[in-house]
Amino acid sequence: MDQLIFASEVMLNGLMTGVMYALVALGFVLIFKASGVFNYAQGVLALFAALTLVGIQNGQVPFAHLINAAFGTSLHHFGWTVPSILAVALTALVMVGLAFLIEKLVLQHLVGQEPIILFMATIGLAYFLEGLGDVMWGADIKTLDVGLPQGISESIESVTDSWFGYGYFIDRLDIWATVIAALLVAALVAFAQYTKQGRAMRAVADDHQAALSVGISLRFIWVMVWSIAGFVALVAGIMWGTKSGVQFSLSLIALKALPVLMLGGFTSIPGAIVGGLIIGVGEKLFEFAIGPMVGGATENWFAYVLALLFLVFRPQGLFGERIIERV
Amino acid sequence: MNSMTSDGYITADGRQIGGKLMELKNITLRFGGVVAIKDISFDIRQGEIRAIIGPNGAGKSSMLNVVSGFYHPQEGEVWFKGQRRQPMKPHQVAGLGVARTFQNIALFDGMSVLDNIMTGRLKKMKAGFLSQAIWWGKAEREENENRAAVERIIDFLEIQNIRKTPVGRLPYGLKKRVELARALAAEPQLLLLDEPMAGMNVEEKEDMSRFILDVNDEFGTTICLIEHDMGVVMDLSDRVVVMDYGRKIGDGTPDEVRNNQQVIDAYLGVAHE
Repeated sequence: MDQLIFASEVMLNGLMTGVMYALVALGFVLIFKASGVFNYAQGVLALFAALTLVGIQNGQVPFAHLINAAFGTSLHHFGWTVPSILAVALTALVMVGLAFLIEKLVLQHLVGQEPIILFMATIGLAYFLEGLGDVMWGADIKTLDVGLPQGISESIESVTDSWFGYGYFIDRLDIWATVIAALLVAALVAFAQYTKQGRAMRAVADDHQAALSVGISLRFIWVMVWSIAGFVALVAGIMWGTKSGVQFSLSLIALKALPVLMLGGFTSIPGAIVGGLIIGVGEKLFEFAIGPMVGGATENWFAYVLALLFLVFRPQGLFGERIIERV
Repeated sequence: MNSMTSDGYITADGRQIGGKLMELKNITLRFGGVVAIKDISFDIRQGEIRAIIGPNGAGKSSMLNVVSGFYHPQEGEVWFKGQRRQPMKPHQVAGLGVARTFQNIALFDGMSVLDNIMTGRLKKMKAGFLSQAIWWGKAEREENENRAAVERIIDFLEIQNIRKTPVGRLPYGLKKRVELARALAAEPQLLLLDEPMAGMNVEEKEDMSRFILDVNDEFGTTICLIEHDMGVVMDLSDRVVVMDYGRKIGDGTPDEVRNNQQVIDAYLGVAHE
């Protein structure tokens, strides 16, 4: 019985980690759906968003090192701090600007190219953004705090304690992340299904030529989609950054999104969510049940093995579009 | 067509055709060293059904792509509604009231028939980004109005029973019809059809011919179509442009074109010295 209660706590934690994975995966799905591009830079986008947010919040001077080296000045901070809400809004604007620049400087010149070429371009973009983030805001590890509650939720602990005689340890940040992610997903699904821009977005995803012929501007849709992906990256960056600090390794969360996508399918928003949850719960429960037998650290590889199995038996993922080739 | 004037003419079946809706002047289009279209001029008049015919590789589709803004000719002018059209992107041309279909159907396979046709009305929907996003009064009203318009087109083309079906699952003939529906949804002033009957059986061809005539008759839509099937073209169209090797070799009523020696040579072949 104790084991069962403990397992349920592990599962709950897994679910909430899964939501965080899903948040990252969502950014991939959005861009993949709209432009058929697998955006390798999505993780770096989250890092860049988090760096920019911290920088704006603390009133850091962007490119301070570069300016100091060039002009012999010693700038580092403006000397003010920006309220969290305003800083988030400003960062969102920066992400829209970034989307615009990406379209203008990269995508526009690659219209009609093979997906692999676009993929390579996003790899380049990832390294560029990583460097840009460093040069702009410095490479030191930063703490991110936008006022989201953190630490153990006492109310859940006391309630579960009175029920089971055992207090669950649930991080309040995880609960908030879950709520915010749920809202974000609901908004995105509604947007894609019921608005004309959403319809145009799906149209572009399906056929560029046909989209042009009904008067859809590809440029507008791409800027829009990359802006949305940038915004999702910002939300993911806030959550992960608050949890484990803003540093280079933040961009590696993208690697965890890969198995999520293989599970859920690259083209499905609900798939990203369900995939994230399955991986989150799966890896936590596996570690809990099997981990002690094999010396632990199964969380590092469990997700990838699960994804591999899926590739063998159901390559389109749980919700992905079935690939049928007529011959 | 003896009474052809700048204001229009009366067709063989007694329809009044108006002035020039679109005029192409001395269009030349090259791809690298290949000349796809060489110095072609013709006009499309308000309310008529205009056909472009010619053997394979004659440059018919290229011509249609020039009209719809997918290709930009190196030389020549495109005039639309009495104004010279500056080189513009296809989506801008669509905004001017030119809708088209494609030779190799270009539909949104993952979307339902209804959603596909709704995309045709994107340019008719003016509600802003934000009000759309929160589904505010105007956006909702607009969606409903456009939905009603789309339902009328669905009735008109007799595809009520497949409106919720994903387009990817439909047979070829129906896909062609859905593509026509999407183009019609834009309420275009000029409708361009690239081989609307290619690959169809006799029955499907008859249906499609009937729809094309009905569209022209009921909505007064000006239609420019490309077609291989000579019989169909001659029955449908008011005037025909004949192309061969990127040049215009004939232009006139079906009867005139049929008796044009150059056209006969191009179609039946002629012994060269």
